[in-house]
Amino acid sequence: MSMKTSTPAESSRNESMAPSAAARLRKVHWYQEPRWRRLGALLALAVTFTLMTGEEGTTRDLFLALREDFTGPGLWLWVGIAVLVWVVREFLSDQASGAAKWTKRTASGPFAAVREAWGSNASLRVGVLLAGLALAVFGPLGLERYWQQVLVDQIAIFVLLTIGLNVVIGWAGLLDLGFIAFFAIGAYSAAYWTGALPVQPPVVLNNFLVIPIAVATCLVAGVLLGAPVLRLRGDYLAIVTLGFHEIVYLMAKNAESVTEGVRGVKVERFSIDLGFFSYEWKLDPMPYYWVLIGFTVLALFLFLRLEHSKVGRAWTAIREDEVAAAATGVNTVRYKLMAFAIGASTSGVAGVAYASKVGYFNPENFAILLSILVLAYVVFGGMGSIPGVIFGAAFLVWLPEALREWVDPKDRYMYLGALLVVMMIYRPQGVLPSRRRKRELEMAEAGIGGADATGPAEGRQQ
Amino acid sequence: MSGTTQSRKAPERGESTSPVVLELRDLHVFYGAIEALKGINLTVRRGEVVALLGANGAGKSTTLRTASGMIAPREGQVLLHGERVDGIKSHDLVRFGIGHVPEGRGVFPRMTVRENLQMGAYRFKSVDKDDLDRVFTLFPRLGERKSQLGGTLSGGEQQMLAIGRALMGKPEVLLLDEPSMGLAPLIVQQIFEIIKEINEQGTTVLLVEQNASQALRMADRGYVLETGSVAMEGGAAELLSDPRVRAAYLGEGAA
Ligand SMILES: Nc1ncnc2c1ncn2[C@@H]1O[C@H](COP(=O)(O)OP(=O)(O)OP(=O)(O)O)[C@@H](O)[C@H]1O
Ligand SMILES: [Mg+2]
Repeated sequence: MSMKTSTPAESSRNESMAPSAAARLRKVHWYQEPRWRRLGALLALAVTFTLMTGEEGTTRDLFLALREDFTGPGLWLWVGIAVLVWVVREFLSDQASGAAKWTKRTASGPFAAVREAWGSNASLRVGVLLAGLALAVFGPLGLERYWQQVLVDQIAIFVLLTIGLNVVIGWAGLLDLGFIAFFAIGAYSAAYWTGALPVQPPVVLNNFLVIPIAVATCLVAGVLLGAPVLRLRGDYLAIVTLGFHEIVYLMAKNAESVTEGVRGVKVERFSIDLGFFSYEWKLDPMPYYWVLIGFTVLALFLFLRLEHSKVGRAWTAIREDEVAAAATGVNTVRYKLMAFAIGASTSGVAGVAYASKVGYFNPENFAILLSILVLAYVVFGGMGSIPGVIFGAAFLVWLPEALREWVDPKDRYMYLGALLVVMMIYRPQGVLPSRRRKRELEMAEAGIGGADATGPAEGRQQ
Repeated sequence: MSGTTQSRKAPERGESTSPVVLELRDLHVFYGAIEALKGINLTVRRGEVVALLGANGAGKSTTLRTASGMIAPREGQVLLHGERVDGIKSHDLVRFGIGHVPEGRGVFPRMTVRENLQMGAYRFKSVDKDDLDRVFTLFPRLGERKSQLGGTLSGGEQQMLAIGRALMGKPEVLLLDEPSMGLAPLIVQQIFEIIKEINEQGTTVLLVEQNASQALRMADRGYVLETGSVAMEGGAAELLSDPRVRAAYLGEGAA
């Protein structure tokens, strides 16, 4: 009897003394709200950024740099910018999207007419595309020489690399970090077949004729690397491809009798000699630019056809669920190899073009950093979206060059990094995401499936 | 041909004389050093529903995986219309008319219902509109959700989608691995009725089930697996009334 009365009393006393475990877990602290967490991340970024771009330390006064950075105006500037970004994104986004809606509504009449015409009138479509192409081809003639150089050596080359990597990562979902190894293979192929290496080729070829050979070499290298490792996914594949890059890089560096090692290689520029007509590419960057535009348009033409074909659908299915893809009749190994090889050969073409443009390169031009950068361009632009990745590459290559005038040149890539961090906080799908990618992130947020491009969706019992 | 359908309707099991479609002969399948199947013999005749029963880990899923080419047997043969197909990869075997709905469904989570079904017709040049209509008639719930994403469907709806997707490949033999897993009794009832309908429309079915009584009531014949071997086989009615089966799988009259 006495036991019976004491039990409820005890339990109620327990409750009044301390909140139950469940109640504690249910309580959400303010700092756990996503909004405040994002502010925290932005502030941490601002502080790190101030330190990294601020004063340099000296060995004599260890704390000089810290003192300078934390008392100077830089900290407040960056914290202010972080808070501003946060306020605009968190509190003014309603107004912003309201304004966007209003614009959309008022513009919907004319827009709908435009879209209608775009959809129905093929000659209009072709006309607009041709006009855009003409702008891309002749517009840069008006630029300064320096920007023309940047456009060719960097932007055009990286756009080509990025659309190649987009096939591998964005479409087939294979996390390839050794992408630049194929770029190197392309460049060294150009050097070998034009007779620029210590080892001589059976026949010395024109740079343009090297391109099919480089494509074939990269295809073979891609398949040789791909065949044994494409069973791996995600992180594992990333590590193996990273290793592959390192092998190629170190061979280029150390096999001096073949590659000239760190001394680098001098390669001849592009030239044509058809007997009745000959032309040599010299120092003017624009002719190289047109060659690269040609390669890019060709690659785009081929890839866009693939995207909505059976091949593209097979890649999507593989990304979603390999077992199910195989069960519907998709040869998963073949299509993964195909994506890998397409990426590799695009990279190889870019390598030949690069070597034939700059005329001199050494192994440092193929450092692992480039693989990471190209990956960043793909993610920034929007994985799987061709307009997205072209924009991503062009913008992110342009940005550090443009910053050269404004900030300490050593810090330029810090700005790029900070931009990527903010981007991942507020727009992880990229600037111009593909419809499918947007869907993936939305579903990941709702707790269905993973958000990375490469993992198969989770929640599958097998 | 007409004799086939008649013999299906009159449940004179085992007497079916229609040709053998799928035959497993003395299959030995290993996972590493573990022998999961220790000499399985099994035949499926055209137009039949054959039930494959057994405890957890008996090797039912392994049998289906071997039949659909996901695993190659170490010994023994898989025959389709008398021709050996073991060793052919699953993505190629689809073209021979084997449709496999694996355990755990495996719909494409970020494709819509319609895209999932279109993927099912991957082996053809284009999607057959009639097949799509047929799936939506069999599963009206999918028809209402054509643009919903596969991963957001309920468990039962995902099962329907998985079966529908397999049907889009026009399989001659449909291998179903526990279609009733985790579903409410009413939905299980529905799924079984639809499987029956699919079968009556001409698809041969090899069905793995834990739900033994329901499976046997629908099936023509059945096999009971025990740790990788066939312990019992026979007509469905015969198995349903067998005291050993009743004790082990129907939870009745335990000794
Ligand atoms: N991939 C694998 N690796 C190792 N062993 C496996 C693998 N798959 C299955 N097995 C083993 O093989 C045996 C048969 O498994 P199987 O999945 O065929 O059983 P099942 O009859 O389908 O069981 P359940 O009714 O639980 O689905 C089990 O002992 C299982 O542990
Ligand atoms: Mg099983």
